Amino acid sequence: MTLAERILAAHSGKEMVGPGEFLNVRCDLVLSNDITAPIAIREFERLGIARVFDPARIVMVPDHFCPNKDIQSATQASMMREFAAKHKLIYFEVGQMGIEHVILPEKGLALPGQVIVGADSHTCTYGALGAFATGMGSTDIAIAMATGEIWMKVPPTIKFVYHGRPGKWTGGKDLILHTIGDIGVDGALYSAMEFHGEAIVNLGMDGRFTMANMAIEAGGKAGLFQVDATTRRYLKGRTRHKYDVYASDSDAEYERIIEYDASKIEPQVAFPHLPSNTRPISRVGHVPIDQAVIGSCTNGRLDDLRLAARVLKGRKVDPHLRCIILPGSQQVYLDALKEGLIEIFIKSGAAVSTPTCGPCLGGYMGILAAGERCISTTNRNFIGRMGHPKSEVYLANPAVAAASAVLGRIAEPGEVE
Amino acid sequence: MPHKGQAHKYGDNIDTDAIIAARYLNMHDPAELAAHCMEDIDPDFLQRVKPGDIIVAQANFGCGSSREHAPSAIKASGISCVIGKSFARIFFRNAINTGLPLLECAEAVDNIKQGETIEVDLPTGMITNLSTGKTFKAVPYPAFMMEIIDSGGLIEYMRKKSAGTK
Repeated sequence: MTLAERILAAHSGKEMVGPGEFLNVRCDLVLSNDITAPIAIREFERLGIARVFDPARIVMVPDHFCPNKDIQSATQASMMREFAAKHKLIYFEVGQMGIEHVILPEKGLALPGQVIVGADSHTCTYGALGAFATGMGSTDIAIAMATGEIWMKVPPTIKFVYHGRPGKWTGGKDLILHTIGDIGVDGALYSAMEFHGEAIVNLGMDGRFTMANMAIEAGGKAGLFQVDATTRRYLKGRTRHKYDVYASDSDAEYERIIEYDASKIEPQVAFPHLPSNTRPISRVGHVPIDQAVIGSCTNGRLDDLRLAARVLKGRKVDPHLRCIILPGSQQVYLDALKEGLIEIFIKSGAAVSTPTCGPCLGGYMGILAAGERCISTTNRNFIGRMGHPKSEVYLANPAVAAASAVLGRIAEPGEVE
Repeated sequence: MPHKGQAHKYGDNIDTDAIIAARYLNMHDPAELAAHCMEDIDPDFLQRVKPGDIIVAQANFGCGSSREHAPSAIKASGISCVIGKSFARIFFRNAINTGLPLLECAEAVDNIKQGETIEVDLPTGMITNLSTGKTFKAVPYPAFMMEIIDSGGLIEYMRKKSAGTK
């Protein structure tokens, strides 16, 4: 069995499971946020059930439009806050909160071997820790909050192998963008993606979170990594809970095996309006930009900010554009502060924001006007994603976004050195 | 609602941001969301759509965000079902859970034009293009999924079931 199949079997009381099989799966963690929780709460209350299955396994995070961006967002956030207090759920208030997919691993809540369901499509991020994590809608999450179980179809697994060592400015973002560019936005539809190879073994946790996070951008149900020394180092000191480690069998059956030479993958840029519309940075051409956004559940972790700071140190953001940097959590913010990264950002002329999803989904903190272009370390460049339907979003890694902020056009990090 | 009405055709990879832009996710009432359905890619949709109408899409309809606001907005706009070549996974679950039927049928998609009148018989999966007389067959839903759809969604279905066992 593959890693995904092993975890799903263990959570449904089965010895063996295979692709296409329907299972009732036990959930270790059930997640929602300020835009999906209100519907989940409404549907939960319509069920007429007094209590959630286990308050210690239900997490609510006000991150999308919080700190509240307007009266309606404030009303939705307040509805979630009250429900979380009433049912004694795990809840992170503004001041402690970060982007859900950054803080759940950081706080040791998301762990290897778990099944995690969340009313957010980027719930697949926790696959980086060797968990089976997948996004669902609010009604499914209402059922999971009530029962602690959810039905699932076992997905086939596609194995991705990244040979070799990537170049200096190629990271997890580029490996996954290249992959999505290759297989398309539905290339892994309904499937689990499993990541292997030398480049993966050498990839840090933050890069792995970035890759697992974007599995959904290929239509994937989950994106999984095997637990190794890097995972264990990350988990050390974060949790007192015991966790189960599962691994793919040596004779596991994969639907497909796709191999890449990571040493040949340049930093990637996804042009509007699909994450699969990728080009290597050397073939981007002249694309002037109005804004650069560095942050999000995809690239708002410490390693991401370090990369941006390496490029911005001692340099100035082009005065004709806005560079907005959003650390993914209070801890990331504090670590960046201690390392001097925040000072580098502010001296370079970038704006640094409190953690929020904010501009990634066109919420606030950097909305685009008609005709404006933004290079962004986020995950989607759909029409109108960051603002006006006639604005454009280009996806890239934090070093490319930072170099572009300095030069006022999409640029290779090497160009500013 | 009868599954009969005019076809509204869309291309590949219609994402949930296109169905309902995130700037409206500070609301969650289906009728309020419906007022902005398809706004960014088809500003005339709301003027054209009539109760019973059918969306006919290409591959991977509903990709992107997990927002359940998307099928809710489509349903509340009057659309009675969506025919597509394929659907994104989370959107598929959300549509069934909110009582919006989806039918996978590539042949029907290739043989329906914008504005043609379409009739769908859900229990058999039969799709008829009344404008051309052509018929197509999608895989019908199993009985329990039909019950969820007929109940108006998963929660109503579960409430009915628990009321029946009391």
